[in-house]
Amino acid sequence: MITNFILAPILVHLITAVLLLFFWQKVQAQKVISTIGNSIAFLLCVRLFFTTQEEGFLILQTGGWKAPFGITFVSDSFSSIMVLLTAIVSLAVGVYSSAALNVSRIKYGYFFIFHFLIMGLLGAFLAGDIFNLYVWFEVVIISSFVLMTLGGGKMQMEAGIKYVTMNMLASTVFLTAIGILYGITGTLNMADLSLKIAENTHTGLVSVTALLFFVGFGIKSAVFPLYFWLPSSYHTPPSAIAAIFSGLLTKMGIYAMIRVFTLIFQPDDFIRNTFIVIAIMTMITGALGAINKRSLRRLISYLIVCHIGYLIAGIGIYTELAMVGVIFYLIHDVIVKSNLLMITGVIQKIRETIDITRLGGLGKEYPKLSFIISIALFSLVGIPPLSGFWPKIQFLGESIKAGQYILFGAFIFASFITLFVVAKAWTEVFWKPSPKPITEEIDHFASLNFWRKFKLVAPITALSLVSLYIGLNADGVYELTQKTAHELMNPSAYIDAVLNHKINR
Amino acid sequence: MELLLVLLVGIFYSAGIFLMLRRSMVKLLLGLLLLGNGANILIFLMGGLTKGKPPIIGEHDKQFTDVYADPVPQALILTAIVISFALTAFAIILLKKVYATTGSEDLDSLNIQDLDI
Repeated sequence: MITNFILAPILVHLITAVLLLFFWQKVQAQKVISTIGNSIAFLLCVRLFFTTQEEGFLILQTGGWKAPFGITFVSDSFSSIMVLLTAIVSLAVGVYSSAALNVSRIKYGYFFIFHFLIMGLLGAFLAGDIFNLYVWFEVVIISSFVLMTLGGGKMQMEAGIKYVTMNMLASTVFLTAIGILYGITGTLNMADLSLKIAENTHTGLVSVTALLFFVGFGIKSAVFPLYFWLPSSYHTPPSAIAAIFSGLLTKMGIYAMIRVFTLIFQPDDFIRNTFIVIAIMTMITGALGAINKRSLRRLISYLIVCHIGYLIAGIGIYTELAMVGVIFYLIHDVIVKSNLLMITGVIQKIRETIDITRLGGLGKEYPKLSFIISIALFSLVGIPPLSGFWPKIQFLGESIKAGQYILFGAFIFASFITLFVVAKAWTEVFWKPSPKPITEEIDHFASLNFWRKFKLVAPITALSLVSLYIGLNADGVYELTQKTAHELMNPSAYIDAVLNHKINR
Repeated sequence: MELLLVLLVGIFYSAGIFLMLRRSMVKLLLGLLLLGNGANILIFLMGGLTKGKPPIIGEHDKQFTDVYADPVPQALILTAIVISFALTAFAIILLKKVYATTGSEDLDSLNIQDLDI
């Protein structure tokens, strides 16, 4: 279906961001406008999701130019899932950050940049043109640079250098890959590229380009040899910013990778083996890195790296069922990781620290909050009824079927370490008695008024409920991911929809 | 002409990577700039070089009758230049701010906080 509606959520974020500029330094107004904008965008994204699921494909040819010539926006099943996840996380983090961030960050344009970041993410998920995807990537990274360094002290600045350098390098590699791809095929539309690459006989050149894309997206999503920037930068910004970063930014790299390696390139054995080897290394290094970390946020940063390995492995196996696992895990991971980062923020508010050796006794003091947090933590591990469990079964089954026993071992190892790390964090933070007496001065959380407490806890509760829903309604989500995986592995429907549509004049 | 540009792209990429691996902040910045420019020239080169044939249909013609220069790579480069301009501006300010707070231009002196676990 041809529709302008695709752009609606993007435009709402753009308009909200521009509106916020008129309320520079007016903190209360900014909070209200941002929440309203986020809510409207959320509703539009939900509608986009359901319309796409009904219609199959929503397509917009900008300016009425026919597909390979103009810029195309496409919302297929996979895009719409990512859009929905972005909407959920951005609403949750938007509400959370209005209570969690201090006034000076909001004064100097936090919400303004936040909406640009979300706009860029939505654009990237909906782009049907590889160069357009690059431009949206740039919108996202420049917003993330500002958020990364906004109002920060020395530590945040230093982390900013690593983050900025690695991301600029990744963009350059991505741009190089696009340049070569254009040279080979003479087109930029992803559906058209798919056809042209399939006809192309320079397999060597095509493989090199594919690997360049893999390197570019690999840096962004923090895979094995290229992940060092992530754990050394994600613990420095405030929890609200880290939540958006860990939930959506690394997953944007994975999204692009899945898109490029299902639609444009059909990976041969060499590329698939590369994926699998790198996935194994990513899982193991991420898991080992997480073991001895004392700061909760650094621990979670390493777990992010570890779980990126799962997703890469799923792409490497490259069967339809493995892809089901990848998409299911992606859905689960986006929700849980952003939730965990917000939780570390609340813990920091309660105890002034997120060093697990200095925390303790939270279970007794805040039993209800602890229960909500436990849902997020244990769905990360994949305790059966919770959301992490179902995709893991899929991964394990597929790796056995594909005869990848080392990968199977790595999955078990990484899951086991995740369990160990989460159990350790749980006992240290919630069960063991607090190492030092709790005084009024330390607990900044109890003294907040009800409304602020609500704004901190409601997003966490909401995301925990979403995790719980994904786990308990695994049947429905599985059906959705199955349909999506089928669509990804058989891209002809996508190509037909993009290239053969009549333009409504 | 092509060969010259190929060599130039190679030099830009290698020099850019080499400078990024140095410890000085300014060299890091120059490395990023060179890499970006290398990528732009690469796109220009990949679009094919056609001299003196603008993609404009003549007054009396209905369609292109000759080989013409591909305008798409130039549009791409223009976009990429604008983006890299913004990114570079940001990076310069960031590096300057870090230099002002740490008083050091050596990137290795930034890793103190990574030592704690």
